[in-house]
Amino acid sequence: MRFVDEFRDADLARALATQIAGLCEPGRKYKFMEVCGGHTHTIYKHGIEDYLPEAVSLVHGPGCPVCVLPMGRIDDAIAIAEQDDVILTSFGDMMRVPGGRGSFFDSKAAGTDIRMVYSPLDALKIARQNPDKRVVFMAIGFETTAPSTAMTVLRAKAEGLENFSIFCNHVTIIPAIKAILDSPDLRLDGFIGPGHVSTVIGCRPYHFISHTHGKPLVCAGFEPLDVLQSVYMILKQLTEGRSEVENQYSRVVPWDGNVKALQVINETMELRPYFEWRGLGFISQSALKLRDSYAAYDAEVIFDVPGVRVADPKACQCGEVLKGVIKPYECKVFGTACTPETPIGTCMVSSEGACAAYYNFGRFTRKRVMEVTSA
Amino acid sequence: MSEQISAPWAEQAVTEAEEDEALGRRPGEEHRSREEEVLARIERARARKPRVKEERITLAHGSGGKATHTLVEAIFLEHFRNPLLEPLEDQAILTAGGVRLAFTTDSYVVSPLFFNGGNIGDLAVNGTVNDLAVSGARPLWLSSGFILEEGFPVADLERIVQTMAEAAAAAGVQIVTGDTKVVQRGKADGCYVNTAGVGVLERDIELGAARVKPGDAVIVSGPIGDHGVTVMLARGELDIESDLASDTAALNGLIATLLDAVPVGVHSMRDATRGGVATILNEVAKAASVAVVVDEASVPVRPEVTGASEILGIDPLYVACEGRLVAIVDGSVADAALAALRSHPLGAEAAVIGHAADDPPGLVLLRTSFGGTRIVDMLVGDPLPRIC
Repeated sequence: MRFVDEFRDADLARALATQIAGLCEPGRKYKFMEVCGGHTHTIYKHGIEDYLPEAVSLVHGPGCPVCVLPMGRIDDAIAIAEQDDVILTSFGDMMRVPGGRGSFFDSKAAGTDIRMVYSPLDALKIARQNPDKRVVFMAIGFETTAPSTAMTVLRAKAEGLENFSIFCNHVTIIPAIKAILDSPDLRLDGFIGPGHVSTVIGCRPYHFISHTHGKPLVCAGFEPLDVLQSVYMILKQLTEGRSEVENQYSRVVPWDGNVKALQVINETMELRPYFEWRGLGFISQSALKLRDSYAAYDAEVIFDVPGVRVADPKACQCGEVLKGVIKPYECKVFGTACTPETPIGTCMVSSEGACAAYYNFGRFTRKRVMEVTSA
Repeated sequence: MSEQISAPWAEQAVTEAEEDEALGRRPGEEHRSREEEVLARIERARARKPRVKEERITLAHGSGGKATHTLVEAIFLEHFRNPLLEPLEDQAILTAGGVRLAFTTDSYVVSPLFFNGGNIGDLAVNGTVNDLAVSGARPLWLSSGFILEEGFPVADLERIVQTMAEAAAAAGVQIVTGDTKVVQRGKADGCYVNTAGVGVLERDIELGAARVKPGDAVIVSGPIGDHGVTVMLARGELDIESDLASDTAALNGLIATLLDAVPVGVHSMRDATRGGVATILNEVAKAASVAVVVDEASVPVRPEVTGASEILGIDPLYVACEGRLVAIVDGSVADAALAALRSHPLGAEAAVIGHAADDPPGLVLLRTSFGGTRIVDMLVGDPLPRIC
């Protein structure tokens, strides 16, 4: 398939792998974090780690919006869905995520009207078709999806739709990276930067990572060769003693971001003083809510939202996995109490979560996989 | 900031896992590396007796994946248990008056009812014919049960029934008994169809997933995922147009061609419906206690299916087909089997996509086109509900 196959070429991958191995200093270990869950998924789906030398290990970061949403927000959304005449709409990957009292699927089975949509505009369509219902969109995601939520709110206002609102769970990536960099038990050598988020915010906001914290960051695309090339670029910076923000994904990411997208976010949303991240705790100025001037579209204003907080079980070590302190399989409940069927921790929830990716795609010792498949 | 409450189901899951772990530990495993020890622990957890944890049925229970398996094993098999049911194949093999019969049933709830390349009527006939044929049986008789919603257009019903008659004629089976029920508006979605079927096993062969051995070749009869993607596009939620058509077809002719050419050496056959090829291979790996190694580059997938799957974020290996055979044959007859399949119009694009190996038992591994490797696990739920 054009524009896809070119980025999945095994010959190019082998050539890059040789160059990567050549850049590694003997005896030195390298730990890079891919911030974005999309990268985690690509890495496991295509088996990219098979191309990396043993000295290079990838740590899976907090960039999966489904994973970092605290269970209480799901309970809150279900509480909204349980109110009279409500249709709650949500992206498909939220449907199975369990809150304290079960998932959207469970709630739907118990009688609420929760529907899967592909875009917030589909939710708007449902609102138009059901004027006697109150349609709520479960908005979730980093800066990547915030503009489409913002556009939908603007569209609803322009159309004068009064039965549509947003349950806003948008989060921002920079405070999460800051929280990780400030964590004392973490030693990272560089970052594979989140390509999709960067299409909106651009590359400038990462400047503090390379300059204040001295860690190279390469903004990366999502095809397997993109990821390999980014690893190469980070290693090259380290070898040459540089620490910069570089853009591997320049075919999509403009250095200054998407000004128009940032404008619509800014028009409709503002930062919350603080927001709880699953596995990472409260992070200040790390999430968005609708501005007061758009309160008519804010489900948290319109509905009675209980503000539930649900604690993860003590045995759950998601925080450590997210910060790269332990590997997914080193968690005490990995694969036993916590599985993709019944995920109890954030990282097992979505296919982009580190534990789910490891469980689904790499649950087998890599050495043995190589033996079997090359036989 | 409000007080934190705990999630009772999560605490309970931790406690149960700890108890099971304490019971399930076997001696002699201490020498393993940390990673291997964890993997062994997971395998023990996966071998636990299945239990339905949900209080209510969710869509995931109908997906054909892990949730369906748990439901079938924990509820249906638990109460219906008998030796004929236990293999959990697509059909039961019965002996009556010295004759070996294959017997199966299937319900169809596809939405929308009409799509490019067919309608629910094609699926209802072909699906049941295929479930019989993959046992090596010659399908003979079908039943048809209709559940209709008040207000359903008679013209649509007639179109479906006419399609079923044509499909039955094409497959060489007769629809010999039936039933009709009508429910109030809103209590069903237009039209559901159930078919059951009986076939006769004339060949002296016994097939089954448990018969697969290391060294066997895995063959698919054509490009995968056409049906699932066609139905998805027919729902119109994606605003993508394509000429892609459902692959719905009766496979009994193709299977007869295969078994005539290769009477000995075919170990297991399945039609890759809900859950796709990946789900079938997982069932085989588990039932036969073998590894199944698939070479991604060898799997035939049409560009439209690859493209739609990329957009939807799904893997074609999990997308339903309604007229694709997965045959697992002895390595020594792989070439002959492939040639036989390719000689038939429905198998013109057949391909060997992988092989069975002895280690690691129970797992499906994929050698990716990119050159890496990964596990292909059974899905928890279906990315595309109500596909058949």
